[in-house]
Order: sequence, then C-alpha cells, then structure tokens
Amino acid sequence: MKILVGVKRVIDAYVKVRVKSDHTGVETQNVKMSMNPFDEIAVEEGVRLREAGTADELIAVSIGPDQAQETIRTALAMGADRGIHVVADGRVEPLAIAKIFKELIARENPDVVILGKQAIDDDNNQVGQMLAALMGWSQGTFASKIELGAGQAKVTREIDGGLETLDLKLPAVLTTDLRLNEPRYASLPNIMKAKKKEIAKLTADELGVDTAPRVEILKVTEPPARQAGVKVESAAELVEKLKNEAKVI
Amino acid sequence: MTSTTPTHPEIRESVAALCRDFPGEYWREKDRNDAYPTEFVTALTEAGFLACLIPEEYGGSGLGLSEAAAIMEEIHKSGCSGGACHAQMYIMGALLRHGDEEKKRRYLPEIASGALRLQAFGVTEPTSGTDTTRIRTTARRDGNEWVINGQKVWTSRAEHSDLMLLLARTTSREEAAKPHQGMSIFLVDMQKAKGNGLTIQKLEAMVNHATTEIFFDDLRIPADALIGEEGRGFYYILDGMNAERILISAEAIGDARWFIKKARDYAVDRRVFDRPIGQNQGVQFPIARCYAETEAAALMVQKAAETFDAGEEVGAMANMCKLLASEATWHAADTCLQTHGGFGFAREYDVERKFRETRLFQTAPISTNLILSYIAEHVLEMPRSF
Ligand SMILES: Cc1cc2nc3c(=O)[nH]c(=O)nc-3n(C[C@H](O)[C@H](O)[C@H](O)COP(=O)(O)OP(=O)(O)OC[C@H]3O[C@@H](n4cnc5c(N)ncnc54)[C@H](O)[C@@H]3O)c2cc1C
Repeated sequence: MKILVGVKRVIDAYVKVRVKSDHTGVETQNVKMSMNPFDEIAVEEGVRLREAGTADELIAVSIGPDQAQETIRTALAMGADRGIHVVADGRVEPLAIAKIFKELIARENPDVVILGKQAIDDDNNQVGQMLAALMGWSQGTFASKIELGAGQAKVTREIDGGLETLDLKLPAVLTTDLRLNEPRYASLPNIMKAKKKEIAKLTADELGVDTAPRVEILKVTEPPARQAGVKVESAAELVEKLKNEAKVI
Repeated sequence: MTSTTPTHPEIRESVAALCRDFPGEYWREKDRNDAYPTEFVTALTEAGFLACLIPEEYGGSGLGLSEAAAIMEEIHKSGCSGGACHAQMYIMGALLRHGDEEKKRRYLPEIASGALRLQAFGVTEPTSGTDTTRIRTTARRDGNEWVINGQKVWTSRAEHSDLMLLLARTTSREEAAKPHQGMSIFLVDMQKAKGNGLTIQKLEAMVNHATTEIFFDDLRIPADALIGEEGRGFYYILDGMNAERILISAEAIGDARWFIKKARDYAVDRRVFDRPIGQNQGVQFPIARCYAETEAAALMVQKAAETFDAGEEVGAMANMCKLLASEATWHAADTCLQTHGGFGFAREYDVERKFRETRLFQTAPISTNLILSYIAEHVLEMPRSF
C-alpha cells in the first residue's frame, strides 16, 4: 500500500503571530516556521503504518516556497521514504492545493492520502474534503483512529457527544485530528539518513494547475484586546449583571 | 529571536521537540529532590543525540562539534539542562583518539547506544586545585594490574556512570622530566570497583549536578585499563578539554537566550504604573545589551566549533569563547532576575534555578582567572605568573 501525506510549512505553533502594519497579512519575515502540527500527526500515522508493514511506501508532499524543502526533510527524518516539493510562492488557496494533489495522485497512484484536518495558519479546513470530491473518493475527516485493511478503512471521528465510526472503501482521503497520535521527534541518525533521501521538485505549471488566488483578502487585523474583568460582591449582583449588562441570560 | 542564522536547523528542531516533553516543572522537581533527570537523559540517548560525536563505524552519527554545540545550545535554550549527561558526548574522545582499536571496538558501540555510560571524569582533587600537575592520586603497576590510591572531588555523575576516565600520577611530579609528564589516563569500570577499593560520596551543591567525592583505597584495575602511553595522560586530556569548553560555551549561550526571552516576555506583559515595565528604557536597555553580548559570544562559539572540526589549533579560541559565553549568560541571568522583580525569586518562574545553574560556567570546567592567565601568557606573551 502506498500513502501520500501532505506537509505544510506554517508559522511555528509556539510563535506569537503579529499582523503586518499594512494589514495585508501576518508577519513571516524572520519568524520561526515549522510543519503544521496536524500534518505532523499525518506523517506519524503514515510512519506507524509503514513500520507495521501495512504500507510499503510513504511519500511526503509539500506545496510552498523553497524553504518548504525543510518541512519535507522533517517528514523524511520522521520516517517518510521520499518527498515531492511543488514549488509555489505566495498564497495558494485550498482549491488549487486540492487540484495539485489530484495531479500528484494521477502520477503516484496512492491508496490513501492523509492530510491534516486544517493548517493552523489559515484554519480553512477544506483541502481534504475538496480533494475527496475532485477524486470521487471516500473521505474520513477529523480521524482520531485509523485502521486500514485490504481495500478498506475504518475511521473513528470525534463528534459532538461521542465517537462516530465510518467504514470506507479505499482509495480514500483521511484527515487527522489532534488525538490520533502523538508525533515523534526525529532521532539524530534518522535526521542524517533523511539528508540522503530523494525530494522531487515540480511546479504547479508543470502539473497544469492554475494557482492564481480567487479570493481577495481585504484586511487582516488583530483580535480586539481583552478588557480587564470586574469583581462582583455577590451571586445576586452577578446574575443582575449577566441579565442586564451582558444580556446573556 | 536571533540575528545570527542558527546552525543545523533540522537538528535543533528535533531537540526542541524532545525538550518540550520536559517543562520547567520537571526540572523544578528534580532540583527540589536533588534527583537525576533519568527520563530526560534516556530520551536524549534513545534519540541518538549523545552519540553525535562517535564515528559511524562505532555506532554513532560521526558528526562534529558544530552539530554537538547546536544540540547543547538548544537543550539549554529550551529551559532544560545538559549537565546531567553532556560528558557522555565528549569524554569518549580520549578513548577515540588515544585508545587502541580493540578497546574502541569493545567500548564505543555500547557507549553510542547508551548501554554503557562513560560520563565521569576524575581530574579535580581537593588539595591540588586548578594546578593539575600536583594531583596526588597515584597508579602503581603491580604485575598485571594497576593499584590506585587517592581522592577526587567534584566528580560529576559518578553515581550515574559505568565507566570513569581517571587521571592519576604514574610517576611522581619530582621524578618526571616535566611537571606535566608522568600522569596517565585510565578507564575504570566503576561497577566492578565499587566496594572493592572505590567509594563514592554524594557532594551536595548549589546546583543539581550529581556531584560526588571519590576515594580510591588500593583499587586494583587491569593493566589494559591504561589508555595510550603511560605518562602522557595530561596531553591526552587537553584536546578533550577544548571540546568540553566549546560545548559548555554552547550551553551558556543557550541559557543566555532562555534568560533574554524570559526577560523580554515578562517585561512586555507585566504592567506597573499603567504601562508594561518593558516600555521603560531602564528595563529595555539591559535586556538589549545582553542580547548584543550574547550574539557576539555565540559567533565566537560557532567559530571555535568550526575551527575544532577543521582540525586546526583552537586552544585560545576555546578558552575565549568560554569566557565570553559564561559572562554573557551571567549578565543575562542577572538582568532576567532583576526584570522579574520579586517574582524572579519565586521557584515557579524557573529564573532563580537557572540563575544558580548558569553561574557554574564561570567556575567549571575552568575558572575565569585561569582563562585570562592563558590569554595573557600564551596569546599576549606576557610574563608567566605561575
Ligand atoms: C558543579 C561542579 C561540577 C564539577 N564537575 C567536575 C568533574 O566532573 N570532574 C572534575 O575533574 N572536576 C569537576 N569540577 C571541578 C572544577 O573543574 C573546578 O572546581 C575548577 O576547575 C576550579 O578548581 P578549584 O575548585 O580547585 O579552584 P582553585 O584552583 O582552588 O581556585 C580557586 C579560585 O582561585 C583562582 N585562582 C587559582 N589559581 C590562580 C592563579 N594562579 N591566578 C589567579 N587566580 C587563581 C581561581 O580562578 C578560582 O577563582 C566541578 C566543579 C563544580 C562546581
């Protein structure tokens, strides 16, 4: 079985994001970048399937600028076999990403594509679903458990009020939720091995995908600063304030 | 938050991810109980980081000091400490460079895997101080054995090590041709030696560094415990000491970066007189100065590591980068504590613990005055003072 995982380079989850002074986006200059945490979970799941012998090849794909290579190297150090880098500068919207994956699927013929449920920079939560629709494949999104069998997958999803279990036919697109697994950090020997693994380089043009944005971003602003709270003397005063000031009850 | 581009980003990223599993609370508890951070050391070992410098043919990654320095810096920058295990990285250098092939094959692969811990280094003695030529621990040849007598002090990690690299006199200072001759290095199997002539006593200290005192009383070790030639031990440990100084400097830089970030974040968040304290230049400037000082020291550490890896003479540079890095982190520690006001003294902020820990770099493995005297005598060619 062949698995494709998507890995996006995003602002590191531990960095405080700042809006650019001209409000066109957020500051990325000199900011630490890392693999999208949900994608780390996708890679981890792929590596586990690979180690268990369920999968025999794991390919990490990143679409982004030159530095996206580093993100692919991280996936290779975690245990992916090889990488594909689709070079793209600037903003690439979810639909274009899904189309690029569709073209890669045509070339690579994977049985399963595992993606993060969303990237923590744009929080769109769209690529997995769009890709499944474009391919006409089954989809198992927000997976908290994945069991792969011959030609089929059992996917557990965390939904409001409980767990939902889906039986899917392969090929399928799966997207990861936070509790699917705990990603490993790469060991030093594996970091060294990853340097020798192959990363193929392509462009969206070569794949025949137009990546020009269709959505215009008007303005990016900081969320309003939180106001300091007030202390109330009694429960009665609290109820009064909730009713008449906050008007929530 | 650095102007210099971090070296080996792929290694740093993985080390930082590992360190996230060991937050301040973990280290506070170890510090409170004077306990060894076994879980942290195991994680570093299993991920292969401590075998960074061991050649691939012996089971390590065969990398240089530049990579090793990136690992140590990142550990300290993350708020963790390499003090419990950094020596596992570099003590083996004496065996690697001066041991015979049979010994290397016997020990190095197990040191690389972590099955054998070689992280105790017995040089310092209570009566000789920094003047290593006056050590009193002796090794006397008796048939197929060496008989060891004497005492070591401040030996870190002795209770958490299987092997110890020991410096002892095999010819007395008076009888040796030169004071630096007549000392030899031995690889002592501590597990066998304990209770058979070797006694280890815990030495409680300001920092949780697993420090001990060690007593040798007619300890018998096999003849082949000797590494390299008899009498040349001091020269053998010198090149290892350069590596040690550079790695310790990297730790100091990591600490400095931790202090600066901690101070900066607190200064931006803490509001007094209706404004962040960090809006006052009296609070900003010391932090900015520490930043500049740390960046300068970091460049020298990086340069020293690269020079060492190129096999070039690095003695002066290793000493100077240790001096600069240990002072940069001390200034950053002091500034960070001051920025935190009273809260800097509260254990839960980790500042007071790191403050104590980072003070060590000015004293061990070599104290500031000895570095200055090295520069004065050997670089500036001023009159020799001792
Ligand atoms: C936590 C910790 C861990 C350690 N771990 C180890 C270890 O694992 N193995 C090991 O072998 N050692 C270890 N040491 C020992 C350490 O290397 C020594 O403490 C250090 O080298 C200083 O030696 P000393 O304590 O004998 O000081 P001394 O030599 O007594 O010096 C005392 C002071 O006098 C100054 N001084 C001495 N001579 C001169 C001079 N001629 N001119 C000007 N100033 C001078 C020194 O700079 C110093 O400030 C450790 C120490 C500590 C605190």
